[in-house]
Amino acid sequence: MSLTARKPSEEKSIRTRLEPYLFLSPTFLLLVVLMVVPVGLVIQYSFLDNVIMNQFPKFVGLHNYLTVIKDPIFQIALKNTFWFTAGSVLAHLIIGLGFAILLNSPHLGKISRSIFRMIYILPWIFTVAIIAILWRMILDPVGVLNYALIKLGLIHTGVQWLSSPKTALLAVTVINIWAGYPFYMMSLLAGIQGISKDLYEAARVDGASWRQAFFNITVPQLKPIILSMTVLDIIWTSQQFAMVWMTTGGGPITSTQMIGIYTYQQAFGRYEFSLASTSAVLLLVASMVLSIIYGRLQNRQD
Amino acid sequence: MGNSSKRLLKSRKVAILALISTAAMAFGYTAPAHAASKVVTISFSQWWEPELPAGALKGIISTFESQNPGIKVTLVSGPYSATKSQTIAGAATGTMSDVVGLDGAWVSDLAKQGALANLDNAFTRAKFPTSQLAAKIKISNTTYMVPVVNYIYPLFTNDDLLKKAGITSAPTNRSEFAAAAKAVSATGTAKGWVIPLSQTNPNGIQNDIMSLVWASGGSMLKGGKPNLTGNAAVKSVITFVKGMWDAGSITPGAFTLSEPDKVTEFTNGRAGMMIDSLSHITQIKTAQPNLNFSIHALPVADGYAGKGGIPYASWGIGVAKSSKHPLEAAKLLSYLMSTSVNTKLADLGHAFPGNTLSVPTWVNTDPMFKTAFNIYQSGYPANEFTGLPKAEDLMLKFDTPFQSYLSGSISADAMLAAAQKDWLADF
Repeated sequence: MSLTARKPSEEKSIRTRLEPYLFLSPTFLLLVVLMVVPVGLVIQYSFLDNVIMNQFPKFVGLHNYLTVIKDPIFQIALKNTFWFTAGSVLAHLIIGLGFAILLNSPHLGKISRSIFRMIYILPWIFTVAIIAILWRMILDPVGVLNYALIKLGLIHTGVQWLSSPKTALLAVTVINIWAGYPFYMMSLLAGIQGISKDLYEAARVDGASWRQAFFNITVPQLKPIILSMTVLDIIWTSQQFAMVWMTTGGGPITSTQMIGIYTYQQAFGRYEFSLASTSAVLLLVASMVLSIIYGRLQNRQD
Repeated sequence: MGNSSKRLLKSRKVAILALISTAAMAFGYTAPAHAASKVVTISFSQWWEPELPAGALKGIISTFESQNPGIKVTLVSGPYSATKSQTIAGAATGTMSDVVGLDGAWVSDLAKQGALANLDNAFTRAKFPTSQLAAKIKISNTTYMVPVVNYIYPLFTNDDLLKKAGITSAPTNRSEFAAAAKAVSATGTAKGWVIPLSQTNPNGIQNDIMSLVWASGGSMLKGGKPNLTGNAAVKSVITFVKGMWDAGSITPGAFTLSEPDKVTEFTNGRAGMMIDSLSHITQIKTAQPNLNFSIHALPVADGYAGKGGIPYASWGIGVAKSSKHPLEAAKLLSYLMSTSVNTKLADLGHAFPGNTLSVPTWVNTDPMFKTAFNIYQSGYPANEFTGLPKAEDLMLKFDTPFQSYLSGSISADAMLAAAQKDWLADF
C-alpha cells in the first residue's frame, strides 16, 4: 500500500472549508455547553428513577411520564396554566392594541403622547419582585382595591383576592396581564406607525367608517406581528413561575398551581428531580411545538 | 509568502485563538496554585448573617481566621429560602459549601443523598469533646447535624390590643386563647391571631399549628410513622383552629401569608397574638420601639396539666461530604461549637446555646428574655419534623388539605385522612 501526499491546493481547500467552522466554534461550543448539555441532561433524567437523590439511578422508560400525567395535581396545574395563559394572551392583545391605537391618535400632542407612552410602559419596566409586592399590597384584604370598592359601596367587606380559592387564579391572571401588555403595545404601535397613511386616505375617500378601516386595514396589516407575538406570549406565559410563586405560591389549595410551580415543588420541595425533569420536558415539548409554529410564521412573513 | 497566504494564516490564527478562548471560558481556567501559598479557603453557607446584627458573624469568623492563619473562610450568606435552594442544588451538583448551615427539616434528605459528612468523625478529627453538645441530629445512628443555637417559639401578645379588648392576662389554655382572639377581633382595629399558611414556605404548619399539639403533650407520629387519622390530639387542634377561623378571629389572607408577613402583621399592630421565634424580638423592637408586647408559654388544651413541648427551630450546622478540606471544615465546626463562641452566638441571636457548657448572658438583660428562659425550662424542646424525610413536603401535604378544611370543602376526618395518605407516601 502506498501513501499519496496531498496536493497543496487540496490541503488549502480543506483548510478553507474548515475555517468558517473554526470561526463558528465559539458559538457552537457555548450552545453545546449552555443549551444542549443541560437540556440533554434534563431529558435523560426524565427517563431515570429519582436522580440526584439516588446515587445509582436506573432507566425506567416512560414510568415518570405516566406518573406525572396521572398526577391529579399536574392535571390541575395543566388546566390552570391553560386558563392563565389564554386569559393573559387575549387580554394582552386587546389592551396592547387598544393603547397602541390611542397612542397613535392624531389628537395627541407630542408631549402628551410621550407622557402617556411613559406611563403605559411602566409595568414592563418593573421587575417581577416589585410587581409581586405592589400587587400583594393592592389586593390585600385591607389593601387599596378593597378600600376603594368599599368606599364606592360595591362590596361590604374586604375580598381576599389572592387568598380565596375562588378569586386567586383571576387575581394572578390580572397581575400578569398588567405586567405584560406594554410589550404588545409598543410592538403594535411600531406596526401601526408603519402602515401607509395612503391606505386610510383611500378608505376615507371610499366612505369607509373607522370600524371598517380598523378591521380591513389595521388588523390585516398587523396580522404578522399579532401572530408572532401571540405565539411568543403563549410560550412565555405558560412558563410563568416567579410572579405566581411570589404572590400565591400555587395556593390557596391548588387554585393557582401552574406547571412551573409543580416542577419547582417536585424538585425543591419533594426532591423528586426525575419527576421535575419530566414535567419540565413536557413543557419543553409544548414550547417547542409553539416555537416551530413561530418559525414557520416567520418564514411565511419573509 | 503571498498576501493571500498571509491573510489566510492570520484569519486561521484568529479562529484558533477564538476556539481556545471559548474552550477556556466553557471549561474554566484554573491558574496553577502558588507553590508557596498554604492558605486553604473554605466556604460557609448559612442564612444567619442577615439575621444577626450587622458584621457580627463576620467578626466571629475573622477571629477564627486570626486563630488559624492557614484557613480563610468565605461566608455565603442569604435569606433562609435562598440558602435552602442553594444547599439542595449544591448537594445535587457536588458543589455544596464546605460547611453548611442546616435546618433539621433538610437533614434526612441531604443525608440520604450522601451529601453530608459524618460529624462524629469531624469532631474526632478536630479533637472536640462531643459530650459538650446539647444535641445531635442522627440518621441511621450517624450524626449529620448539630444545632449551633436553638430558638423557641413562644406566644407573642400585643398587650395594648388585648387590654383594649378587655383581656387583662395572657391566655393559658385554648378557651382563653379563642376568647381573647375573638375579643381583639371584635374591636375592629385588628384580628386576634395571625397564622401563615402560605405554600411557598409551609413552615406555619410546624410553628403555628403542630406547635399547639406538642404544647399539650400530643404527637403527630407513632413509632416514627405518621399518625394523623384517629389522632385525637391533632384533630382537637385543627377543629380548634377551624372554630377560630369561622369566628373571624384569624387575620384574613392567611392562605398566602408567610412567616415574615406574620411578623409584619403583629409588628404593625394588625394582629393581637402570634406564635413566633424568639429570634424576631430584636426585629420587632427595632421596627416598632413603642409596641407593648410580651411573650408567654403556648396555650394548652383545656384541663391539660402535664409538661408541654416547646416548639423550636435550630440553626444547625453540617459538613459537606464532598469538601476537599474536611480538617479545616471540622476546625470551623468545633470553633463555632466551642463554649465561648457558642455563648457569643447565643447572646447575639438571643438564642439557646448548642453547647451545654455555654451560659448565655442575654437571659438576664431583659425581663422578656428571662421569661423566655423560664418557658424553655418549664417544658421540653419539641419539633417532630426535624429529621423526617421530605419534612417541608410533609408540611405542604398537611397545609393543602388543611386549607380545604378551613374553606369548608372537606371535613376534619377527611382532611386528616388525606394528609395521612400523602405523608405515608413520603416515608
